[in-house]
Parts: sequence; C-alpha cells; structure tokens
Amino acid sequence: MKLIVAIIQPYKLEAVKEELYHAEVNLITVSEVLGHGRQKGITEVYRGAKETGNLLRKIRLEIAVNEAFVEPTIKAIIKGAKSGETGDGKIFVMDLNECVRIRTEERGPEAIG
Amino acid sequence: MINAGDTAYVLVSAMLVMLMTPGLAFFYGGMVRKKNVLSVLMQCFIVLCLVSIQWVLFGYSLSFAPHDGFWGGFAWLGLRGVGSEPYAAYAPTIPHQGFMIYQAMFAVITPALIIGAFAERMKFSAFLLFTLCWVTFVYDPVCHWVWGTGGWLKNMGALDFAGGTVVHINAGIAALVTTLIIGKRKKLNGSTPTPHSLPLVVLGTALLWFGWFGFNSGSALAANGIAVNAFVVTNTAAAAAGLSWAIIEWTLGGKPTIFGVCSGAVAGLVAITPAAGYVGVIPAIIIGVVATACCYIAVGVIKPRLGYDDSLDAFGVHGVGGIWGALATGLFASKAVNPAGADGLFFGNPAQFVIQLKAVLVTIVYAGILTFVIYKVVDLIVGVRVNEKEEFMGLDLTQHHERAYTIIE
Repeated sequence: MKLIVAIIQPYKLEAVKEELYHAEVNLITVSEVLGHGRQKGITEVYRGAKETGNLLRKIRLEIAVNEAFVEPTIKAIIKGAKSGETGDGKIFVMDLNECVRIRTEERGPEAIG
Repeated sequence: MINAGDTAYVLVSAMLVMLMTPGLAFFYGGMVRKKNVLSVLMQCFIVLCLVSIQWVLFGYSLSFAPHDGFWGGFAWLGLRGVGSEPYAAYAPTIPHQGFMIYQAMFAVITPALIIGAFAERMKFSAFLLFTLCWVTFVYDPVCHWVWGTGGWLKNMGALDFAGGTVVHINAGIAALVTTLIIGKRKKLNGSTPTPHSLPLVVLGTALLWFGWFGFNSGSALAANGIAVNAFVVTNTAAAAAGLSWAIIEWTLGGKPTIFGVCSGAVAGLVAITPAAGYVGVIPAIIIGVVATACCYIAVGVIKPRLGYDDSLDAFGVHGVGGIWGALATGLFASKAVNPAGADGLFFGNPAQFVIQLKAVLVTIVYAGILTFVIYKVVDLIVGVRVNEKEEFMGLDLTQHHERAYTIIE
C-alpha cells in the first residue's frame, strides 16, 4: 500500500480529477494549501502595492492506493497537472503501514478500495 | 411648478435605485465560485461608473430628447438645456435634471443584469466594450420607444410602469443571446458549481428588494397615491413570489432553501415592475405566484433540458419574469388604480393585452438581433472569452490581479 501526496496547480484540479476518474481512482482527499517553490505567481496588486514572493495557492491531493494502482495514479496526475511551466507541482509516494475502514473495521488493502 | 415633496422623493428613489447595482453585485457575486467573485463585483461596479458618464454625455439625449418615434437624437447632448426647470412631458413637478439622474440609475442597472449570463468567462476589456455598445444601441432606443416623447411603443399604448420591457426583457433576452454564443463554462460535466457564499446572495437580495421601492414607486415621479400603490404591490408581489418558491421546493419533495426564496423574491420584483403603477394588491399576489412558477420551470426544468449555461439565470429570472410581468400588466391593469393607465383584459379591455404582447415581441426581436451583432463585433475587435487557463485560474486573479479571500490570516 502506498500513500500518494500530490501538490498541483489549483487550475489543474478539474483535469486531474478527470484523469484519475479514467484511471478508475475514485477515492481522493483534496485540500487547499499554500506553498512556495520556484514558481513566481501572478503579481497581485492592492491599491498600487505589489504583492510578490508570497505563498502561492496550491491544491494537495492525498490518495491511498494498492500497489497495482501506484503507477496509473502517478501517470494520471502527471497527465492532468502538467503544463511544462515552473510551478506544476510534485508527487510524493510513501509507504503506507496500515489502513482501516471505520465503518466495517476492515484493514489493509481491502480497506483502501 | 416644482413640488418639494415630489423632488425629494424622486431624488431619494434615485439613491435607492443606485444601491441596487451593488446589491445585484452581491446577489450575483455570492452565486459564483470564489475565484470569480471580485470579477462580478467589479463588472457591476464599473457599469455604475461607465454608464453614468455615457448617460450625461449622450445616453440621456438618445433616450429622452424629443426627436422622433425611434430615438431621441442629439438635442440634449451633454445635458444641454437639461436644467432645473421641469420638463412637463416627463415630470411636471420636479427639475428636469432630477428626472435625468433618476433615469440614469435604470440605464446603469440594466446592462449589469446581463452579467449573470456570461459570468466567470468574459474578458474584462470585452465586457466594457460590450456594455458601452449595448447601452447605446439597445437600451437607449428601447427606452425611447417606451418612455420617450413620441416613442412609438408609447404611442401605441404599451404600458410599462417601471421597466418590464425596457429593463428586464431587454436585459433578459441579451442574457439568453450572450449565453448561447459564449458557450458553457469549462469542465462542468453537467453539474452546476455551488454558490460560494449564500449569505452574500441574501445580502444582495435584501438590497435589491429595498432598492426596488425606489425603482417602482419612484417611477410615479411624484410623492402621491400612485407611488404608494406601487410601493405596496411591489412588496406584496415579492413576498408572494418568495413564499411560493419555498412552497414549490417543499411540495416537490425537497427542503425549502434560502437560495430559492431569494430567487423567488427577485422573480416577483421583476414581474411586478411593469405593472406596479396599474394593478391592485390581489393581482400583485397572483403576479408574484405565477412569476415564481414560470421562473422555477425556466431555471429548474427548461435550462437543464436545453443545456445552455446561463450561469446565474439572468434570462431565467429577468427575461422570463419580465415577459410574464409585461403580459400580466395587459391582464390586470385597471383605471380604478391609475386613471392615466388603461384597463386590462380582466377589466374588459382585451386590446391592452394584445398591445402588451406586441411590445414584448418587438423588444425580444430587437434586443435579440442587436445583442447578437454587438457581441460578434466585440468578439472581432478584442475577443470575448478568456482562454482556458485563465478560466480555470479564475477571473479575479487573471483579469484584476486580486483575490477575494486569503487562506491563512
């Protein structure tokens, strides 16, 4: 079991969701986060005062998958989120020790899907 | 002869109508996704700035100067000759400029209503150009036909107390045409985006309802019995319509929603607008209830079935409610309420209904064709729609370099 965490551009969320849907990955958690990488965002201007170098808005996806779904999930995220420009984000893949479905108390790979 | 009470009432009404445009901004702003809320507020607010200038420079002259049946001409350019003396044909007891500034607020809110149709996907530059052209070539002429000296629909006997044809049908048809040409928002997959802030929608509805007293009762252009009648029937129709929407939702198996009550109230306000000075309180209830029924069907049944993306239901509420209101005026108008008006179908004068129907059809055809042409010209000059990336990022950031809300602090 792996936990895949991806940080993507907010405007790519719909495209990524669609790609994941095609890869039959339907269980995802989405949150809105702020982050700082190499990208420079659109400079916001408030009464003439420019705001640069601020933290940028990103979307974080968390997806727990069984081994067979790791590569399809990664590919789907890349397909949906890649624009080729700085700031497209990152995908982190980590081992997942345990997973419990609260309703049934099932554990392990069964609980993921 | 200037009357202090009338003048005071019309000026206060002008202030009330002015407040409706920011009210509309919140009404619409709450309905869009949070990445676009500022763009909607900005579009409404800049219309207030843009059309206010257009109006004093040439809009008022095109709309109200006494040229011929089709337009006002240039006699009153830059408000030449529009001073503190009354102009009896419009309002014999208030300074001419008082009438002018009251009408300015109508010219402001009408193009702002159309925003609901293309919200979340129009370039700001295109919006400005479209609005300026639309007010000049659609609003100003239709306004002259219905309200101007010698206007041909006015001479035909069409009744429009406060703007059912001029404001609501006009804007509603423009909304339908623009939403059909600009196309759907990207990646909706058949679902409608959730309104990002219903409290803003409620705030906007409250401001609209409040401002509508100025819109309708101020259209009496005097502090008199007609104004009071318009005030009472406006409140009554809005209330009946808001209540009906909740009842419909509840009866059809859902829960009554605040969004529904707000939509209903606005539909009722739209529908009573042309009738406000001519109908009594019982017809007002009927007008409100039927307005909600029509608009509910338009936005809840017809729109999903036809699949056009009138983002905030500018056509579904203003177009449909406006058409019903204009026709209802031909049914329920009564000389007992307003001797200067006419009797409608239910008061023994079916001819009035036919006149109303003609005025409605003429407005639909004219606004439909002209809006199409203006849209296409603007599209050729600057391109109307934002690109896909800008649409996904939201208009706030891409068109204005601002965000409405922060995440942390």
